Amino acid sequence: MSNRGPVATHRSTTGIPTGRLAVWWVVASEIFIFGGLIACFVLFKLNGTPGFEDASKTSVAAGAFNTFVLLTSSLTVVLAHAAIEKGERQKAFNYIWCTFGGGIVFLIVKTFEYSGKIISGNTITENLFWSFYYTMTGLHALHVIGGMVIMALISFDILKGYNFQRVELIGIYWHFVDLVWIFLFPLFYIANF
Amino acid sequence: MSETATAVQTDTHQEHHEELSFLYKYILPVDHKMIAMQYMFTGLIMAVIGGFFSYVFRMQLAFPGESVPLYGIVGPGEYNMMVTNHGTIMIFWVAMPVLIAAFGNYLIPLMCGCDDMVFPRLNRLSYQIFLVSALVLIFSFFVKGGGFGGAWTAYPPLSSVPEYNLTDWGSSLWILAVALEFVSFLLGGINFVTTAMNARAPGMKMLDIPIVVWFLVIAVILFMASVGPLIAGAVMLFMDQRIGTTFFLPSGGGDPLLWEHLFWFFGHPEVYVVLLPTMGIVAEIITVFSRKKLFGYRTILYTAFATGGLSFVVWAHHQFVAGIDPRMANVFVVTTLLISIPIAEMLFSYIATLYGGSIEYKTPMLWALSFLFAFLIGGVTGIYLGASALDVYFHDSYFVLAHFHYTFFPITIIGMFAAITYWFPKMFGRMMNETLGKIHFWGTFIPFNCIFLPLFFLGLAGQHRRIYNFSHYPDLATENMQDVRVFATTSLVVMLLFQAIFLYNFFYSIFKGKKAPENPWKANTLEWTVPSPPPHGNFKELPTVYRGAYEYSVPGRDSDYWPQNMPPDKS
Repeated sequence: MSNRGPVATHRSTTGIPTGRLAVWWVVASEIFIFGGLIACFVLFKLNGTPGFEDASKTSVAAGAFNTFVLLTSSLTVVLAHAAIEKGERQKAFNYIWCTFGGGIVFLIVKTFEYSGKIISGNTITENLFWSFYYTMTGLHALHVIGGMVIMALISFDILKGYNFQRVELIGIYWHFVDLVWIFLFPLFYIANF
Repeated sequence: MSETATAVQTDTHQEHHEELSFLYKYILPVDHKMIAMQYMFTGLIMAVIGGFFSYVFRMQLAFPGESVPLYGIVGPGEYNMMVTNHGTIMIFWVAMPVLIAAFGNYLIPLMCGCDDMVFPRLNRLSYQIFLVSALVLIFSFFVKGGGFGGAWTAYPPLSSVPEYNLTDWGSSLWILAVALEFVSFLLGGINFVTTAMNARAPGMKMLDIPIVVWFLVIAVILFMASVGPLIAGAVMLFMDQRIGTTFFLPSGGGDPLLWEHLFWFFGHPEVYVVLLPTMGIVAEIITVFSRKKLFGYRTILYTAFATGGLSFVVWAHHQFVAGIDPRMANVFVVTTLLISIPIAEMLFSYIATLYGGSIEYKTPMLWALSFLFAFLIGGVTGIYLGASALDVYFHDSYFVLAHFHYTFFPITIIGMFAAITYWFPKMFGRMMNETLGKIHFWGTFIPFNCIFLPLFFLGLAGQHRRIYNFSHYPDLATENMQDVRVFATTSLVVMLLFQAIFLYNFFYSIFKGKKAPENPWKANTLEWTVPSPPPHGNFKELPTVYRGAYEYSVPGRDSDYWPQNMPPDKS
């Protein structure tokens, strides 16, 4: 840990490092944002709102592939954490960029899906299903992009040899983003009734 | 900035804090005290705007159609805009920034015995986002069509369709400003919770934490857990307005009731989000000025937990007449009546603290006592409204309006004045004038009751909220009712005029007041052990805590207070 900043930052009354504690609170507040959207979607679906059968129009294969990509990237971020725990900076750097690559692949697939759907007329105003689809996957994609930007910034700090704890922090966040997708995938791709 | 690398940093040895340039001291500070000042002054400026709006629309109600001094003729759209933004400003841009952000920022590090928030730059960012949100809101008053006028609850379809609300961009900027404000408080909140959890002074156990810090933390957690769905809702409403989705429009398969659920799932816990900090402030003040230990520290804490938990299951009592299932209404009646139990218990504990104390009627104490009195009326009238059978009649009447002003006015305005008068010596290093403070207190508290007590009776007589001109409604335009309206408006003007005394006292005392000692009130908590005002970095030597915050009049001791950081072998 660095010696910069106020004493307060380096205290740990609970025994949990301050950064980790704060990231857990970030995750907690994010759960309520996505939770609210998911609850709205599920309620509309249970009410039998017309249009929700359009889930059959999304490609399960594309969704499943993206699930696989994100899960793999979660694995690589764990490996990055394990590497930095042992002090292997170059190895951690490489694993972080593997995770970053996973994010890129995910976004490319998502872009193809979006453009395909928009061309075939399923725009955001088509019906409520598509409104939710673009809002929720879009918000999720923004979280993926945010995570990737932070990862890129962290990776160079690590090579220079400081802020190692941030690998764990971005890992927690990345797992959360992954977990959100685990909820979105069945809702938008599989449950096509 | 303070990030000078020092050689060795142990837990209790302070790092060297160098003098800061003007830019980093006042404009871009990372010091929690300066950020607290920024929040407080922004909040006070917004309070002036919100108060001015209330003056204009109350004048319109008392003297419909006549030109209002300092404003002019009030059009119906302008009336709606002012009513809407009065509510929005007072809750999101006055209560939240002053009670939670300003005093949270000021008190949490000082009372926990550390030199700053754990994330000072995140703290600065949170204020900057807050400032942007305030500017966006003010900007929204001046766009084409004027500011949003669809009530602070923003029910769709009125709020989501420009053809209905006639404020195309006003309503979009309004929702944008509110969403930005939420983001700012999420960032700030994470900082508050982490600081109170992780940066406490050595020796400060969970039950040694001053109640106000506890309550700020609980309030912030309530906020974080309730605002998420409304942030989602704000995004959905914004897209309904600007992109043409139909989340809340029945014509496209959406449901306007969904917004009400999202809004009130946040909106009701929000009442407790602003109530708890004020309750905490009052707890600090009544113990100091009655020289007594807080009665039932643990009980008060547990009642706050119970209130927080219950506050998530009462929201639909705002929707009894909105078309929800009557069976569901029964459930929410029960939970709503249940929540009055922990709050009443809390008030009883406060009254028990006062019992047998040697009470000093200093200005902060007057505010604290008046809070207990006024909030009690607000709480008791809430029980009427919580019963769905009565609410069917009272809903959207002035009874509701008077009820929530009897809760929000004590929370926001009385709580704010209590906190400012109590911590002013610490914040600015000078004392406020007691006589002027007392004149201001009575000049605010008496007119406050004269404004809102009559409104209960107008509400009982069937007077509806959000009506531009009552003379259009023969039943509501009787001479008696109009007289009551004029009385309430006159009281409001008197109350607003008395605020000039506060402003004079406030600014005069900042520069010319009597110099304040370290601990003018002889209080126990850690902020009173440092110079007034505290230097950058707060403590010369970071303190160690030996006892709880409320050891007043301990038998067998010479002095009647016992600071938290005084080692047990000394007296």
